[in-house]
Amino acid sequence: MIAEAGLACLWLAAALSLLQLLAGGFSLAGRGEQLASIIRPVAIMQGILVAIAFVMLIWLFLRTDLSVKLVAMNSHSAKPFLYKFAGTWGNHEGSMLLWVTIMGLSGSCIALLEKRLRSDTMIATLAAQAFVSIGFYAFLLFSSNPFERLPSPVPEGQGLNPLLQDPGLAFHPPTLYIGYVGLSVAFSFAVGALITRNVGPVFARAMRPWVLGAWIFLTLGITAGSYWAYYELGWGGWWFWDPVENASLMPWLAATALLHSVSVLATRGALRTWTIMLAVVAFSMSMVGTFLVRSGILTSVHAFAVDPERGSFILALLAIYIGGALALFAIRAATIREGTRFSFFSREGALVLNNVLLTAILGIVLIGTLYPLLTEAMGTKVSVGPPYFNPVGAAFALPMLVVMAAGPLLRWRGDSGRKLINMMALPVLAAAVTLLVVVLFGGRIGILPLLGLILATGLAIASIIPLWGRNLLRTPLNIWGMVIAHLGIAVALFGMASESAFNQEVLVASQPGESHEVGPYTLTFNAIEPVAGPNWTALEANITARVTGSDSSDTLNPQSRNFSSPPTQTSEAALLTRWNGQLYVVLGEENADGRWQLRLWWKPFVTFIWYGGLLIGLGGLLALIGRTVRDIRRRAHDMQDEENEQDQQAGEAAA
Amino acid sequence: MAVKAKHQRLTLILLALAALIGAALLAAYALRDQASYFYAPSDIEAKGVEAGRAIRLGGMVRRGSIAQAADGVTVNFIVEDGKASVPVTYRGITPDLFVEGSGVVAEGRMDAGGTFVADNLLAKHDENYMPRELEDMNLDEIKQQAETTVTQ
Amino acid sequence: MTNWKLWLPFGLFALFFIVVAGGLISPSDRTITSKMIGKPLPAFDLPQAVADRPALSTADFNTGTPRLLNIFASWCVPCIAEAPHLQALSDAGAEINGVAIRDKPEDVAAFLARNGNPYTRIGADNLSSVQLEIGSSGVPETFVVDGQGRITYQHIGDIRASDVPMLLEKLEEAR
Repeated sequence: MIAEAGLACLWLAAALSLLQLLAGGFSLAGRGEQLASIIRPVAIMQGILVAIAFVMLIWLFLRTDLSVKLVAMNSHSAKPFLYKFAGTWGNHEGSMLLWVTIMGLSGSCIALLEKRLRSDTMIATLAAQAFVSIGFYAFLLFSSNPFERLPSPVPEGQGLNPLLQDPGLAFHPPTLYIGYVGLSVAFSFAVGALITRNVGPVFARAMRPWVLGAWIFLTLGITAGSYWAYYELGWGGWWFWDPVENASLMPWLAATALLHSVSVLATRGALRTWTIMLAVVAFSMSMVGTFLVRSGILTSVHAFAVDPERGSFILALLAIYIGGALALFAIRAATIREGTRFSFFSREGALVLNNVLLTAILGIVLIGTLYPLLTEAMGTKVSVGPPYFNPVGAAFALPMLVVMAAGPLLRWRGDSGRKLINMMALPVLAAAVTLLVVVLFGGRIGILPLLGLILATGLAIASIIPLWGRNLLRTPLNIWGMVIAHLGIAVALFGMASESAFNQEVLVASQPGESHEVGPYTLTFNAIEPVAGPNWTALEANITARVTGSDSSDTLNPQSRNFSSPPTQTSEAALLTRWNGQLYVVLGEENADGRWQLRLWWKPFVTFIWYGGLLIGLGGLLALIGRTVRDIRRRAHDMQDEENEQDQQAGEAAA
Repeated sequence: MAVKAKHQRLTLILLALAALIGAALLAAYALRDQASYFYAPSDIEAKGVEAGRAIRLGGMVRRGSIAQAADGVTVNFIVEDGKASVPVTYRGITPDLFVEGSGVVAEGRMDAGGTFVADNLLAKHDENYMPRELEDMNLDEIKQQAETTVTQ
Repeated sequence: MTNWKLWLPFGLFALFFIVVAGGLISPSDRTITSKMIGKPLPAFDLPQAVADRPALSTADFNTGTPRLLNIFASWCVPCIAEAPHLQALSDAGAEINGVAIRDKPEDVAAFLARNGNPYTRIGADNLSSVQLEIGSSGVPETFVVDGQGRITYQHIGDIRASDVPMLLEKLEEAR
C-alpha cells in the first residue's frame, strides 16, 4: 500500500502544480482575483505532497520491499542501513523524485516566506516554478515511475555496486541536486520578473538568497565529489575533466557569475539584462548537466545506466524551458530599464570584468565537453582532456584571479587608481616573495603551477585587506563571507598548484621487507595479509611510513578488494594525512616472481584543495546568514515606512 | 568619468562579446591540437600517427603477448584488430579486466620507434547489458567498445 | 539595439539543441545484423559451471540438432527478467546451453535455484573470452546454433515474452 500511497501523492502534487500554473496564468491575464489568492496555498500543498511521496519511497527502501521494482533493482538485503537509505536516490527514478521534492519544497518556501516582491511578480514566479515542475512530474510519472510494482516479488534485491557504497557518494548527488534546483528557483524569479517587467533591485534581493544557497550546495557538492574521485578511484588525481565533473562545474561557474551580478543589481541597480540572462544560463547549465549525465550521451567514469529515451525526455524539457525563456528574453529584454551608470574603474567595473571572464571559462568548458559529440556527428571519435582544459581555462582564470584580488578593494561607483596601487602593494609583494622562494628552492616546475602559487599568495593577502582597519566584531557578516570565500579560492588554488608542482610518485614492484623513499617519507613494505569484510574479501598490505630519519611511524593498509556480487575488484587506497600534505598508497597485483606492485605518492598540501572548497562554502553561508538577517531587519523597517506612508496618505485624503 | 548610459551598455556588450568570441576562438584552436583521437591498429597502419601526439588506441590484447618487464611494473603487449597490430608498453598498475584476449583502450602516444606508450589503460567496466543496438562486429565493434568503455 | 541581436542567445541554444539531438538520435538508427551469422562457433572448451550440469565445448554442438546458446551471469539483472521466458522455450522443447560470464559456481547455483534451470549444459567463462570471440558485447545474449555448430541468429539483450515464438521459429529454420 505504501507504494500506491506514494504514487497517489505524486499524481496529486502534479495536478496541483498544473493548478498552480493555470491559476497564475489566468490571474496574470486579469481573469479572477480569487485565482491569485489560491496560488500560495496550492504551492505549499504541492510541496508537502511531493515530500510525502519521497518519504514513502525512503520507507520502501528501508523495509526492502522487494515487490517494488525500483527497490528490487537497487537494494540488496545485505546492504548496510546507510546505503539502503541513500539507495533511495542512488538510481535514476529516485534521484528524479528527489529533484521534484526539492523543487516542490522550494516552491513552498517561496510561497511562505517571500513577502517583498510585487504581487504580480510573485504570482508569475510561482507559475514559472510550477511550469518547470510539471515537466519533471511528467518525466517521473510517464517515463520513470519510482513506485512501479513487479508482477511478483523477487526473493532478493540487486545492486551492491561496491564503488557506490561510500558515504561520500551517498550524500554527494543530493547536495548537487539542491544546488541545481536552487538555480531553477532563480530561473523562475527571472522569468517572473521578465513577464511582469519588474527587473530591479527588489527582485534581485528576493532572488539573491536562492542563488547564494544553490551556490553553497554546488560548491560543497563539487568539493565532495572531487575528494571522492581522489580517494576512491585510486589514481591519485583530484579532477579529471570528466563530463560528469564538468556537468557540475558549469552550473557552478554560471552561479558564481550570477551571484556577483545579482549583488550589483541589488546594491546598485545596474546589470539588469545581464543578470536575467545569467539566471537563464545558470539553470540551463544545470539542466544540460543533468541531461549529459542521465542520457549517457557522453561516456564517463561515473557509469549510469544509458537510456536514450530518458535523454530525449530531458532534452525536450530543456528545449521547452530554456528555448522558451530565451525567446521571452528576446521579446522582453528591450523593455528592461537601463541600469544605473557607473565608472569602469569601480567595484561594478571589476565585477563586470569578472563576470565576463567567468562566462568565457564557462564557454570553454562547455565547448570542450560537447566537442566529442560534435565530431562524432561527423564520424570521428575524440576525447578532450587536461591538455585542452588546463591551459585554455587558465588563460582566462588567471586574469580573473587578478581581478578578483583587486575588485573588493575598489569602491562602488568609482575609485582612484592611486589608492588601488597603494592597497595592492602588499599582495604584489607577497606574490614576488613567493616567486623568489619558488625559483630559488622549488626546483623546476611548470609555468602554470608557478603562476598558480604566485597568484594564490597574492590573492590570499588581497582577500583579507577588506577587513583592514575595520572593527572585526562589528564587520557585517556578508563582508566576512566575501573575505572567507575569496580566501578559500586562494587556499584551494594553492593546493592545486602545489600538488601539480611538487607531487612525487614512485612505482615499484616490491618484496616484503623492502623500503622505498617518497617525498620526506620512507615506506617499508612489511607483509601482505588476507582480510574480510561483510561482503568482500581483500588482500591488505601492511606498510610502515616514517619521516626519513625520525623514529615515530604510522601504518598504512592499502587493499585490493574482491566483492562477491557482482564480482568486482576494487582497490582501496591508503592515505596518511599531515598538515603539509598527504601520503597516498595503492596496492597493485602480485607478479609471477612474488613481488607486489606498489604505487606511492607524496602530495604536498593537496588537502588545501578541499579545505579551500569548504572555506568557500563557509563564506557563502556567512553571506547568506548576513544578508537574510539584514533583509529581515530592512523588511521590518519598510513595513513601518509603509504604514507611515499610508497614514500620511490617509491624512492627506482627509485634508 | 561618467559615461553616457547608452554608450555604457554598448561598451559592456562589446566587451562581453569580445571575451566570448576570444574564448571560442582559443577553444577551437586548442581543440584542433589537443583533442585526442581514437585509433584502431589498422587506422595507425593506414594513416600513420605523428609521434608524440596524444591519442587513444583501441583493440584486442593479443593472446600470449602480455610480458612483464624486469622492473615488475612495466607490461608490454600487442593490441590488434584482426588487420593490423601495434606493440604497447605501459608502466603502472593494470586494471582488473585487463587480460589476454580482452578489449582494451589505451591512452598515450606513439614513440619514434612505432611503439605505443600508454599513460592509462581503460578496460570495460559494466557488462550488465541493457538492450541497445550494436554496430557491426570487428573494427566497428571495437570502436563501440571504446564508446562504452570507462576507466576502472 | 535592434531586436535581432536579442535573439542571438536563442540562436546559439538552437544550435546546441540540434547538435545534441543529432547525437542522441543517430545511435538508435543503426539497426545491425550480427556478422557472426552463418559462421561456425569459435573453438572453445569451457569448464563446468555448476556441479549438476556438464561442461560445454564446441564439440557438443555437432549433434545434428539445433539449440540455443544463452550468455548469462548471476550478477545480471536482465538475466532474471528473461529466466521465465527461457524456461518457456525449454518447455516448448528447445535445448538450451548456457555460458556463465565471470561468475562463481556457488553464485550460479544460487541463481539457478532461484530463477529456474532450463540449461542442459553450462560452461564457465571466467575471463569473458568466449563471450568476446562469439561477438557478444553484453549480458544476456542468446544465439541460435544449428546442428553443425553454425550460428544462425543472434539475439541481443534479454528475451521478452514476445521473442519466444520467434526464437522457436528460428530454431525450426535451423533444423
